[in-house]
Amino acid sequence: MSRKRTSFRTELPLLVWLVVVWGALWRDFSPGNLVFGALIALVVARVFYLPPVELSGRFNVLRAIPFVVVFLGKVVAASFQVLYLAVFRGPSVTNAVVAVPLRSRSDLMVTATGHVISLIPGSLVVEVDRSTSTLYIHGINVRSDADIAKLRKEVQDTEASLIRIMGTRAEMDAIQAEGWPATRGARA
Amino acid sequence: MTPNATGVDAAIDAVTAVLLIVGAIMSLGAAIGLLRFPDLMSRMHAATKPQVLGLFLVLAAIGLQMREWWVWPVLAVAWIFQLLTVPVSAHMVGRAGYRTRHLHPELLSVDELEAVVLRAAGQRAEEKAEGEPGMPRMRDGATPGPD
Repeated sequence: MSRKRTSFRTELPLLVWLVVVWGALWRDFSPGNLVFGALIALVVARVFYLPPVELSGRFNVLRAIPFVVVFLGKVVAASFQVLYLAVFRGPSVTNAVVAVPLRSRSDLMVTATGHVISLIPGSLVVEVDRSTSTLYIHGINVRSDADIAKLRKEVQDTEASLIRIMGTRAEMDAIQAEGWPATRGARA
Repeated sequence: MTPNATGVDAAIDAVTAVLLIVGAIMSLGAAIGLLRFPDLMSRMHAATKPQVLGLFLVLAAIGLQMREWWVWPVLAVAWIFQLLTVPVSAHMVGRAGYRTRHLHPELLSVDELEAVVLRAAGQRAEEKAEGEPGMPRMRDGATPGPD
């Protein structure tokens, strides 16, 4: 087989996650069960090969914790917003599809941004352009240019936060040069 | 729930009750949204957001009532899988819906994807008509490969 061998370090987050799922499903976190789970995780990761996720090699826990707290708050806000719109606005809601160019070219970063954006208020990813890292976002209750600018800024700020947590050095430098949290206009 | 509970038990029961009710209201909100929103993509908003929070609240209530430590990892895994899969499914449905024109253009204040899709469609039609494989192709958003 000609495929590239994934290094153990790259595989480690996946293996840890698989062991946690194994322990959770057996409701048993005793060392014996975890070791057996780790063996199975290794076999599964080797036999059912997936393209490795390219991590940047850095993860800032201090920035991740506030991000997670803010994220959970936004999930709550999003739910109440949709509830409000569903009950009081209903059929007359106005939407928009907006192109938002991202800074990062890494698949992981685009995926993470897309996931977070889909769960926070008012936005959903309709289309991803991998070659130019552009997300096409469907925004609910977007009526004016100001709303569009707000949506675009929200997406790019989310990406900036994610880069600060787990982006590469180069991406970090790009953000710093930009004077975060400044925003860029769309390259329509 | 324990009948005639006092002290800590009563407090936990009260919190559980609040979590269950708010969670149920969130799921109800998702259902109302599905009925009342006018097009597919606004419905996807209703199908994703309140439901994720609703599930979280109901799972938290289960965790409080079970009083067993082992239940928390199971609930956490269940919710994390929900967080990971919901945006993907919403994206796939929304994407397919956009491509098959299941949308009401009059409800969109701006549509920056339309031009891109039209351009790609036009290019494909042109290529078919001329049959020239060597034509320079612009890479744009409407044709991300299956990679």
